[in-house]
Amino acid sequence: MGLSKLNGLYREVILDHASHPHNKGKLPTATNTMTLHNPTCGDTINLQVNVADHRIKDIAFTGEGCTISQASASMMTAAVKGKTTTAALAMAKTFSDMAIGQQHSRSDLDQLGDAQVLTSIMEFPARIKCATLAWWALQRALLKDSDEEDDNE
Amino acid sequence: MAFNINDVLSDFPILSQRVNDERLAYLDNAATAQRPRQVLAALQDFYIHDNANVHRGVHTLAERATEDYEGARVKVQHFINARSSAEVIFTKGCTDALNLVAASYGEANIQAGDEIVISIMEHHSNLIPWQQLARRKHATLKYIGLTAQGQLDMAAARRQITDRTKIVAVTHASNVLGTVNPLKELAVLAHQHKAVIVGDGAQAVGHMPVDVQDLDVDFYAFSGHKMMGPMGIGVLYGKAALLRAMPPYQYGGEMIGDVHRDDSTWADIPFKFEAGTQNVAGAVGLGAAVDYLQGLGMDNIQARERELVTAVLPRLTALPYVTVYGPQDPRQHTGVLAFNLAHLHPHDVATALDMEGVAIRAGHHCAQPLMEKLGVTATARASFAFYNTREDTDQLIRAIKETKEFFNRGTI
Repeated sequence: MGLSKLNGLYREVILDHASHPHNKGKLPTATNTMTLHNPTCGDTINLQVNVADHRIKDIAFTGEGCTISQASASMMTAAVKGKTTTAALAMAKTFSDMAIGQQHSRSDLDQLGDAQVLTSIMEFPARIKCATLAWWALQRALLKDSDEEDDNE
Repeated sequence: MAFNINDVLSDFPILSQRVNDERLAYLDNAATAQRPRQVLAALQDFYIHDNANVHRGVHTLAERATEDYEGARVKVQHFINARSSAEVIFTKGCTDALNLVAASYGEANIQAGDEIVISIMEHHSNLIPWQQLARRKHATLKYIGLTAQGQLDMAAARRQITDRTKIVAVTHASNVLGTVNPLKELAVLAHQHKAVIVGDGAQAVGHMPVDVQDLDVDFYAFSGHKMMGPMGIGVLYGKAALLRAMPPYQYGGEMIGDVHRDDSTWADIPFKFEAGTQNVAGAVGLGAAVDYLQGLGMDNIQARERELVTAVLPRLTALPYVTVYGPQDPRQHTGVLAFNLAHLHPHDVATALDMEGVAIRAGHHCAQPLMEKLGVTATARASFAFYNTREDTDQLIRAIKETKEFFNRGTI
C-alpha cells in the first residue's frame, strides 16, 4: 500500500492550508478566546474570536501542531468568518459528527467549505483529534461563560 | 551474535504479520515490547491448571498458585540480584511502584525545606509524584540538567545534591534520548549526603544487565510489559531495612498482621505493600519473561540492540533533514532513538511511516520538561528490541526518505 493512501489525507488543499494558513495571528479585538491542547501530541491552538451582534466579525488563531491540526484551524476560521454564531456552532457539530462517522446532508457539508475534505481523517482514527481540535476550540470559545478562564486541560 | 534470530522471531508470532499491506517493522518497543509464546503459554497454563487466590487457601490449587506467584518473585529477585525475595514487591507497573515510594517513603520522610533532586529527562511518572510530594510538604524540587551531548550533567548533579537533599530520583535509561545514566555514581553522591536514591528502570531492565546491589540503589522500579512480560504487572525493589520502616501504601486484605476494631498491625515485607488480590497471572508471566531473557542472556541482548543502533544511527544522522536528539555515538545509546524531520510534524511522520509498515511513536513521550529543554513540542521515536532485524533498520530509513519525498511533492 505504501504512501499512496496518504493522498486522501494530505490532499493539495490541506497541505496548502497548512503551509499558508488563513487567519493565523493575533486578534487584539477578540471578545472570546479559548486555548486547547491535544495532550497526546502537544498540539496547541489559541483561538481568538470577535463576536458582535451574534455574528463572527473576525477570527484568528495561533499555536503549533501537525499538518492536520494547522490545516484544520485554517479551514475552520475561513469557513466561519462572517457567519452567525448559531450557524458556526451548527458547522462545528457537523464537522465533529462527520469525524466520528455520522452522515450529514449534502447542504450541511457544503457549508463547511474546504473543511469538508478533512473528513477523510476518518480513515486514520489516530488522527481524528488533530482535525477536531480547532472545531472544539470554536465551540468552547462561543459557548463558554464570559467569566470562564481559558481551559488548559 | 550469540542467539539465532530466526529462532527468536519464531517466538514472536505478532511480528510476522503485515500492516497496511507492508511488512511490519515494530519499532515502538519503548512504549511496550512484544511477548514471546513462552510468556503467553505461562499465562494460559496458570489459568488452565493452577488458578486460585494466593496465600489464603489450604486447598491444592491455592498452594500451587502461591508457589507460582512466589516462584516468580524469586525469579525476579535473582534477575536483578536483590539480596532477598522480600525486597521484591509486585505492583501494577513502574508508575505504581514510583508512586508507592513517593506516597509511603516520601510522606514519612520529607519535611518542609528538604530537597528532592530529579533530572530534566524524567518520564512524567518519575516527575509528577515528586513534584506533588514537594508541593504537599513545602519541599524544593530540583533538576539535574543535560550536557551539550544530551547526557546527564554530572557536574550539575554534584552541585544540586546537597545535605538538604533527602531523595534523588533519576531514570536509569532515558525513554527519549536513549542515554544510560551513571546510577551507581549518583548513588554514591546521594549516600554521601545521606539521601536515598530511586532508580527508574522502565527502559533499562530487559535491555541491559541490572544488578541492584552493584548499583547500590535504595529503590528501583520497572514495568513487566517493557521487558516482554504482561501489562499490569511491575516491580518495586527496595532495600529491606527501608521497606520495613515505611508505612503501608494501601490498606486491605493480605497486607495485615492483626486487625482490631480501632487498630491494626501490618504483615512483613513484601506483603505489607501488596494489599488486595494481586495480579498473580501477571507475576507468573513476568517470571516466564525473566526465564526467556535469561535464556538469551542479557549481555547478548544488550550487544544485539547496540549492533542495531550502530547500523541505523549513522544512517539517520547522515540524512541532512533529520535531527537526532541525544548522543550521536551508538556506544552511548540504548535502542531508543528520538528524531525529527525538518519542517514536518512528528505526527505526520508517524502516520506516513505507518503506511510503510513502520510502527514508531510520535509525541512528547510523557517528558514535557525535556521537550521544552530540547526546544521542541514533540519528536518521533524509533525504539529497538533484540528481536528487531537489519531489515527493520532498512525499512525505517527507506520509509523516512519516502516520507520526505511525499511531503516535498505533496503527493505520490
